Amino acid sequence: MNILFEWFGDPANWSGADGIGQRLWEHLWYTAVTMLVASAVALPLGLWVGHTGRGRWLVTLANSARAVPTLGLLLAASLWLGPKLPGDFAYTVPSIAVLAILAVPPLLAGAYGGIDSVDGAARDAAYGVGMRGRQVLWQVEVPNALPLMLSGVRSAVLQVVATATIAAIPGLGGLGRFIIDGIALADYGQAGGGALLVAVLAVLLEGILALLQRRLVSPGLTGRAVGGSRNDDDSAGPEESADPTVDLRTSV
Amino acid sequence: MIRFDAVTKEFPDGTVAVDDLSLTAPTGKITVLVGPSGCGKTTSLRMVNRMIEPTRGSIALDGQDTGRMDQAELRRGIGYVIQHAGLFPHRTVLDNIGTVPRLLGWDKKKVRDRSRELLERVGLDARLGDRYPTQLSGGQQQRVGVARALAADPPVMLMDEPFSAVDPIVRDQLQDEFLRLQDELGKTIIFVTHDIDEAIKLGDQVAVLRVGGTLAQVAEPAYLLAHPADDFVADFVGRDRGYRSLQFQEAPRLPLRSEPTVTLGETPATDAAWLLVVDDRRHPLGWVEPGRIGGRGVQDADLHRGGTVARSGGSLRGALDAALSSPARRGVIVDDSGELVGTVLAHEVLDAIEDTDRPERDEGDPVHGGAVAVAGDEA
Repeated sequence: MNILFEWFGDPANWSGADGIGQRLWEHLWYTAVTMLVASAVALPLGLWVGHTGRGRWLVTLANSARAVPTLGLLLAASLWLGPKLPGDFAYTVPSIAVLAILAVPPLLAGAYGGIDSVDGAARDAAYGVGMRGRQVLWQVEVPNALPLMLSGVRSAVLQVVATATIAAIPGLGGLGRFIIDGIALADYGQAGGGALLVAVLAVLLEGILALLQRRLVSPGLTGRAVGGSRNDDDSAGPEESADPTVDLRTSV
Repeated sequence: MIRFDAVTKEFPDGTVAVDDLSLTAPTGKITVLVGPSGCGKTTSLRMVNRMIEPTRGSIALDGQDTGRMDQAELRRGIGYVIQHAGLFPHRTVLDNIGTVPRLLGWDKKKVRDRSRELLERVGLDARLGDRYPTQLSGGQQQRVGVARALAADPPVMLMDEPFSAVDPIVRDQLQDEFLRLQDELGKTIIFVTHDIDEAIKLGDQVAVLRVGGTLAQVAEPAYLLAHPADDFVADFVGRDRGYRSLQFQEAPRLPLRSEPTVTLGETPATDAAWLLVVDDRRHPLGWVEPGRIGGRGVQDADLHRGGTVARSGGSLRGALDAALSSPARRGVIVDDSGELVGTVLAHEVLDAIEDTDRPERDEGDPVHGGAVAVAGDEA
């Protein structure tokens, strides 16, 4: 523990081009760009597959991509793409591409699964009252798919934040630098500090996303709706206020 | 008026769900499609708003071929109620009701007012407006489903087994209120059910379909019960059809006898086998056996509640059932406010039945015999 306190306690480690602030910023930046790229591909695709029921094999394919070894892919991509790209892009593009591949399966599965699990009767009613395809998608399917879609986003973010550390191996910045460099230099305070920062960042992001999910998802879907359960109010409707002891009913 | 003209639906796998169906649902009336599973009744219904496209034939709404209309616009002009209500779980009750007006571009305030009005109209408490569908009972959800279908005041309603997923008591209430609402609104309704009792209770005209999607018979309910066109229809309307048809015959003036009564807490001053208990407004509560009480006041636990109560001026079926179900064998008859009028014996009701006629048989087409007359529609 002491070496951790020492490392965190040294002001020199906090500032500068390779300080904690800068690395944290880089890490967040890679995560954000990766999520944007992956979402731009996976979310529309997942919504399309769920809405039309076509191309389910894409979801299966993406899920099987989870088995690809990330580190191997990262090194291969860096070796292959790195020399073809100018300057910093040589490091960032392969890394972000590989991280995005990692983020696609949970995003795609969440979007597709969310749409697919929408109550069939609600979907039928949506078309039946005269909504057009896009209106059904945006007014009924997406709002009802949000819990699963956002779960997909959360697990993708967690995975990207954690895995972005290995992008330091081919030379990218981010909190992974502390871990990789710390191990290389046998500076375990630095390596442990980096690992701890990644963990704290992951927990923080998870908390923020959970709050966001609470704001975005309709209370009708989460059971947090006002007024409690449906059986707590016996004046709610005639069928519930009927006196059960009276059996003499007027026949028609 | 909704008119099916030689409509056939054949699914890609070769199943013929509806076969050459010709049928007219008259304006302002309830037409019930009834039949066993696989008779194509739901498919027929869903072809009206083009949730399913017919393979051959055409369906016209007030003379306009639906096949030529814009699908979404056609549907916005038709109220649609389905079995499990199909409410949007993420929207409040009021927002659910206002769905079609919003699609039609009404302004917010007007949508809100209209939704509140309908909530009340279908018998729901205004406080339920801000709830979500999961917080409602099945019967309440179904009411909201009906309110949503009525929101833009469409002249035509399609209802696909709307009351079949709720328990029998609630179903009965929903049916009664549905009829009351229809009395006020006079919509042109096609109603699908597999329950012949529901069909007979609700329909102005009942179309019986057989497996394979052909029309077996279409007629007014009383006529259907009295003159089934063939063995299939006879079988489908069931063994109790003689009894059920009494439902459509108003009881004539029955010879009522006045009934001695007692109220709760009072001690019966008689040794009659059965004594009727009423409350302080003279509403019947049940029967007691004075001999078993033994000189004390009548208590709630002494009541036999097995008997039904018939309304004076109601149907023969109600009067007969009241007599048959009464432990005293005397059927309790009440007035419209529920107050006791008197009692009647089963044989007196039977005498009245023997004095009435069965519905007349029409000459001609047995399938369309006794159908509701359609104004301006040549035979």
